[in-house]
Amino acid sequence: MSPAEFLQWLKTPGLNHFLILSALLFSLGIYAILSRRNAIMVLMGIELILNAANINFIAFSRYSTGTLDGQIVAIFVIILAAAEVAIALAIVLNIYQTFNTVNVDEINQLKD
Amino acid sequence: MDLFSVIFYVFAVITLGAAGIVVFSRNIVHSAFALLFAFFGVAGIYVLLMADFLAITQLMIYVGGILVLLIFGVMLTQRQIAVDIKTGTIQTIPALIIVSALAGTLVGMFWVTVWRTSGIPPVEPTASKIGELLLTTYLLPFEVASVVLLVALIGAAMIARREKKA
Amino acid sequence: MTESTLLTLSVAILLLPLLGFTILIFFSKRLPRQGDWLETGFLFVALAISFVILFTKLTSYHDHVVQATFGWVDFGNVPGFGPMRLDLGIMVDNVAAIMLVVVCIVSGLVHLFSIGYMHGDVRYGRYFAYLGIFTFSMVGIVITNNFFMMYVFWELVGLSSYLLIGHWFERKSASDAAKKAFIVNRVGDIGMFTGIMILFAAFHTFTFDTIFESIKSGNIPLGSEAWLTAAGILIFCGAIGKSAQFPLHVWLPDAMEGPTPVSALIHAATMVAAGVYLVTRTFAMMTADALMFIAYIGAITAFISATIAIAQNDIKKVLAYSTVSQLGYMVMGLGVGAYTAGFFHLTTHAMFKAGLFLGSGSVIHAMHHALHHANDHHTDPQDIRNMGGLKSKMPITFYTFLMYTLAISGVPLTSGFLSKDEILAGTLAYGSLTGHTIIPIVGFLVAGLTAFYMFRLVILTFFGGHKDPHRLEAVHESPKTMTIPLIVFAVLSFFAFYSFNPIGASSGWFYGAVERPESVVPAATAAAGIQEFEEALHHSHTPAMILSILIAASGILLAFVVYYWNKISADAVAGALKPVHQFLLNKWYFDELYQATAVRGTDALAAAYRWFDNNIIDGFVNGTARWTLGVTQGTKDAWEEGNIGAIFYMVVAGAVSLYAGWLTTMQLMPLDATLASMVINGLIGLGVAGLAFFLFYVGVGGFDNKIVDGLVNFVAYLAGFLGIVTRRIQTGKVQTYLAFVLLGVMVFFLWFR
Repeated sequence: MSPAEFLQWLKTPGLNHFLILSALLFSLGIYAILSRRNAIMVLMGIELILNAANINFIAFSRYSTGTLDGQIVAIFVIILAAAEVAIALAIVLNIYQTFNTVNVDEINQLKD
Repeated sequence: MDLFSVIFYVFAVITLGAAGIVVFSRNIVHSAFALLFAFFGVAGIYVLLMADFLAITQLMIYVGGILVLLIFGVMLTQRQIAVDIKTGTIQTIPALIIVSALAGTLVGMFWVTVWRTSGIPPVEPTASKIGELLLTTYLLPFEVASVVLLVALIGAAMIARREKKA
Repeated sequence: MTESTLLTLSVAILLLPLLGFTILIFFSKRLPRQGDWLETGFLFVALAISFVILFTKLTSYHDHVVQATFGWVDFGNVPGFGPMRLDLGIMVDNVAAIMLVVVCIVSGLVHLFSIGYMHGDVRYGRYFAYLGIFTFSMVGIVITNNFFMMYVFWELVGLSSYLLIGHWFERKSASDAAKKAFIVNRVGDIGMFTGIMILFAAFHTFTFDTIFESIKSGNIPLGSEAWLTAAGILIFCGAIGKSAQFPLHVWLPDAMEGPTPVSALIHAATMVAAGVYLVTRTFAMMTADALMFIAYIGAITAFISATIAIAQNDIKKVLAYSTVSQLGYMVMGLGVGAYTAGFFHLTTHAMFKAGLFLGSGSVIHAMHHALHHANDHHTDPQDIRNMGGLKSKMPITFYTFLMYTLAISGVPLTSGFLSKDEILAGTLAYGSLTGHTIIPIVGFLVAGLTAFYMFRLVILTFFGGHKDPHRLEAVHESPKTMTIPLIVFAVLSFFAFYSFNPIGASSGWFYGAVERPESVVPAATAAAGIQEFEEALHHSHTPAMILSILIAASGILLAFVVYYWNKISADAVAGALKPVHQFLLNKWYFDELYQATAVRGTDALAAAYRWFDNNIIDGFVNGTARWTLGVTQGTKDAWEEGNIGAIFYMVVAGAVSLYAGWLTTMQLMPLDATLASMVINGLIGLGVAGLAFFLFYVGVGGFDNKIVDGLVNFVAYLAGFLGIVTRRIQTGKVQTYLAFVLLGVMVFFLWFR
């Protein structure tokens, strides 16, 4: 691909652009999960990943299938994200009460 | 460069930039607030993809609900001294390597793959159609999801409850 | 004023008390004076509107029924029933307009009176809220144009009367009385409901006019006049309950446990009048037999309760039985065909009976304070034997009370004379037309009894000397909020408000406004027509008037002879007629009778059901539980013996045999299977499944030890081996695992690209 073609590609956003955006967002989320010690930061990384997945669903729904099925799935993802973050935060609070820390690498016991 | 691409890049930059701050900032409060902008950017992307209902849902649930929950979590689990609000990282170098490899793989794959695309359907409001789908084709998942939410609520309350000192 | 404005105003009357209720029930604690001014204010606005409606109705739409109907629910064509739709609507005719004014006057003045009477009550705000919802329900009954809404508001009246009677629910007698009122009313309501359903099944509508039109055109329920009579009597059952007619009159005297203004509102003027109002509404569809039934019920009620009232000593009990008696009068009047007279008596009675109750409230209030002042908590403030000589201490209460008593006794120049006289003339006419002479005889007898016991009450309460002069000293006239309503009601007990002719109501506006509706039932079953009845009435009018004056005068005279001049000792008479006196004092033993039959019967039935529940149903459930427990125990024993293979085998065997049974059933089942063949096939399938399972069970021996155990042991060994191998890559850090996962994902991507 020549530089001119690449510029042309950049100028006309299509399915690939959205997919690549979501891939980058996904990678950032993964990085947060892999490298951060704080459990809440890990949760934020998960939220980024879910958003990346949603972008994919909607992009495919728009460009590929032409139906709304992808959007529906995205709605369910959002629902599950809400449930997940509620449960996860409850767990985090519980852990904080027990271990007085939320750093995932320090939590290595099933009970104290 | 038409308006569509301008807007796309604006929101892409907002999203990725904010996500970058989320991930790399050492101050967890900064991360939480950056997350707000990341979600906002994603909502903008949804609008570009003609998912108006989802964009609103994104704003209401992610920004209004999940993010507030997260900030609560931050507030409740940090020690009161400001110093500790900074959070450490582990395995930074291996993580960076793996993530770069992953990003490369994904982008490369998206780039190479030839997607079967249909013609872009005309722009129309989606809310009523989504409502119809939810109450017809997707009725069962919809109901199950509501039960899941209920169970999650009860479970969260159970788990987070302070246990009585025996 | 247009018709729609009129209807809008009547709806405003309906909704104002409801608004007051809603505000007070939620916010009364936050409002100054707990919001009594709000509810009372709403009622007086409603009163003003009701006057406007009455005036407009009588001037602009005198002979015209203003009504509006709209479809509420349309079920379409219901299979097995036909077209079914529910129409709601309101109707303002002359009767409704007059009734609106009556309800609003009584309710408004009761609100005003309550401000003084209920002062300092623990649930002051809630009390006013309940008054509001009561008025709302009552107005609803008045302005509806169909049985459906009538029934709904009917039950709402029942509910709100329950709340009001039980206002002081800490007292067991009050909560019992509330329950009694509610349950006894329910008995009557079942009849009313059945009657309404007969009509609905026949005519597919609840609207009065449509039903009457259908009957008029010869379309009667099930083509039988007996059913029409039955529907009429059943609907009248609702009135028996609400208007406390024999044999369901027992709740009303007990309901005197409520606050006295409530007694005035519910049990004198509005709730009990609802039954009479129902009869006036349905009068057109009543056959001659139904009307005769109504007349007899009314006569019996009037007589029984008048006799009981003579022997009672509690001031409110006397008034309660007098109310029941007067209601019997009205019902009797309607039953004999004196439609206007019955409704007229309802109106006049509402005024003076509300006044009587409020007057008694004023007396009780004063007595209560006097007793409280003397630190006497044992004397009953409601017992007339403890009163006497209150005349000088409470002049306003006395003179107004005297006015009401004159009215209820039927003394000329009062409103009661006008209405009572008309009813008596009606019964005479009925007697001469049909030969049922017992009805006019009872009518005149009750008139005499009424005059007697009412003057007994007045003499014992206000005349003579008081037993304890110190206590009398402490008695004071009640505050203005209480005396003003008394004066208003007393003024309204004069004849001039209803007819300018003191001896004939028929020339007044009331008789012009309320005319007996044409009967719609088939001519053969109808009562005497209007013409015929008027003719007979004309002849009976003068004798009825002279007789009624004479009888009232003799009743009053007798009361003075016995209780004022003490020429005859009441105690001596009571002693001489001891069985009769006991019988009357104990209210004809109705409560005891119902206790022995209805209440005991219900208890016995409940006990039988309880036995059934405890032994049969619980026995079945417990048996199932025990069976399950046994099976589980067996499984558990097998488990504890470590025979996993056996359990596994059993599960597989069970599944396979069930599947075999299922297949058999499906093979046998024809596509158009009837229920019976389904059951039979299912049983066959179950049999096959059981047989298969048995065969598996028999064949269990060697297979279990060799193959099953071998399989299990191998799986265990494999798991142990894999565990040893994979333990090496377990660092204990989740994030490391994630990194491995990602590496794996990337490998997959590159592999399959």
